[in-house]
Amino acid sequence: MILNMGPQHPSTHGVLRLILEIDGENVVRMMPDIGYLHTGIEKTCEAKFYQQVVPLTDRIDYLCPMTNNLCYVLAAEKLLGLEIPPRAQWIRVLLNELTRINSHLVWLGTHALDIGAMSVFLYCFREREDLLRIFEMVSGQRMMTSYFRIGGLALEPPLGFLERVKEFADRFPEKVDEYEGLLTSNPIWVERTKKVAYLAPDDAMALGATGPTLRASGVDWDLRRDMPYSGYDQFQFKVPVRSEGDVFSRYMVRVEELRESNKIVQQALAGLPEGRIKAEAPKVVLPEREKMKTQMEALIYHFKIITEGFTVPVGEVYQAIESPRGEMGYYIVSDGTAKPYRVHMRSPSYVNLQALPKMCEGRLIADVVAAIGSIDIVLGEIDR
Amino acid sequence: MPITPAITNLNDLLERPALAALLAWRREAVHSAKFDRDELTIYLERGAIREACAILKDSPKAQFNFLSDLTCVDLYPSEPRFEVIYHLLSMKRKQRVRLKVQLSGSDPSLESITSVWPAANFFEREVFDLFGVRFQGHPYLRRLLMPEDWEGNPLRKDYPVEGYR
Repeated sequence: MILNMGPQHPSTHGVLRLILEIDGENVVRMMPDIGYLHTGIEKTCEAKFYQQVVPLTDRIDYLCPMTNNLCYVLAAEKLLGLEIPPRAQWIRVLLNELTRINSHLVWLGTHALDIGAMSVFLYCFREREDLLRIFEMVSGQRMMTSYFRIGGLALEPPLGFLERVKEFADRFPEKVDEYEGLLTSNPIWVERTKKVAYLAPDDAMALGATGPTLRASGVDWDLRRDMPYSGYDQFQFKVPVRSEGDVFSRYMVRVEELRESNKIVQQALAGLPEGRIKAEAPKVVLPEREKMKTQMEALIYHFKIITEGFTVPVGEVYQAIESPRGEMGYYIVSDGTAKPYRVHMRSPSYVNLQALPKMCEGRLIADVVAAIGSIDIVLGEIDR
Repeated sequence: MPITPAITNLNDLLERPALAALLAWRREAVHSAKFDRDELTIYLERGAIREACAILKDSPKAQFNFLSDLTCVDLYPSEPRFEVIYHLLSMKRKQRVRLKVQLSGSDPSLESITSVWPAANFFEREVFDLFGVRFQGHPYLRRLLMPEDWEGNPLRKDYPVEGYR
């Protein structure tokens, strides 16, 4: 029998349609059908100035906007050959790790909700609210932050921001203990997740899975540690790896990542360097307001950057970073004008989704729900 | 970091494991290569792509064991019109390499690499959907993001941003 799961189904985290060929309760074959959220962001990027693309990148993955911002601006900066001051790099790392915590909290809450643990959702969203307030404080927006600029940051973080983050980072570890107390040794949770949706390391590699999905299958690979970007090489953190390859180990990897991310946040707060937050590149980076109002040259640059953008030397780059879901990559081609010739996003959920049939075929329909939750997909990112 | 001029002479790039492995395998399959902004690009013969990927994956000299990304660029109106782009990653060497195959606008087709990396499945379907490039030997080459009955290939440069009305 053929069964359609989705596109309107509460546990598909958006509009994912799964075509299941079933024999009784067993899934014989599975085929994901995507494209319901396709908005043509890659095409839209080609009609925008380089800086105008940043808000679009928020909308790809609305659970970790800062990660997408970072990946895009790093790619554009590589094309331009810009040097970013250390303070800006550290604040970027700090915000990226907060974003990772934010994204993992939404994942944990909804994943537990799918499997039937209602209350975890409420606990997770309590901390997520604190994070969204922090994002609002720094960027003016709760979700679509667009805080990073090509060449640095939009603004110096406001007064009281660092104290607020510190206060959050100090109490967060015990909150993780609380989530673990609700789930890790809960017999129902263990029964629903252990030995479910197994993915072998070889299959994970062949199917292009990255991030926690890959690390839970025993492959020790994290771009933050192995191919560092934006100053990640100056931070000490562990990369959690499990070898079981089931839903439970993916859960454990992400919970461990919550703790590690919090450690990175604390290191970033402790060692935050002083200095500029924008690169020295008057033709790319907007001048400070004060200068713009008092100096003719700064005013001209401001006017030119706003009205006609800035040109980027001919070339192409591929920049990949470790997003909460895996390898987020931006491939940008420049033809020497002020608009990108081509922007391609390698989104982790899109590739990880290909591993889903491997996890589910030959297993029960009820486990499909657990498997979808465990790869942590965001449909906005899959369809772009 | 400031931009240094690109290196395009093959002889200056011989110590790059990906290029060395491909040149040792079949010299004429490599059209040219470029090292720009710390990234190596190798232009390959159209018919050689699947075997080249297999060589890079399996050869102990190269060990590019992971397909990161596969996409396409439309260079309309110049010819060859399409460039299909493969980003490979070597986890052992912590290196990336970009392979490129150029295709003419009149016959945009090449071999599928799904037999080397099953991960290419969605990527190739997406390129087929949005650019109209056909991949021979793909197990299920149908539209992925656009509806089945959609006309045209939206990411081609002669397709208007607002779509056809």
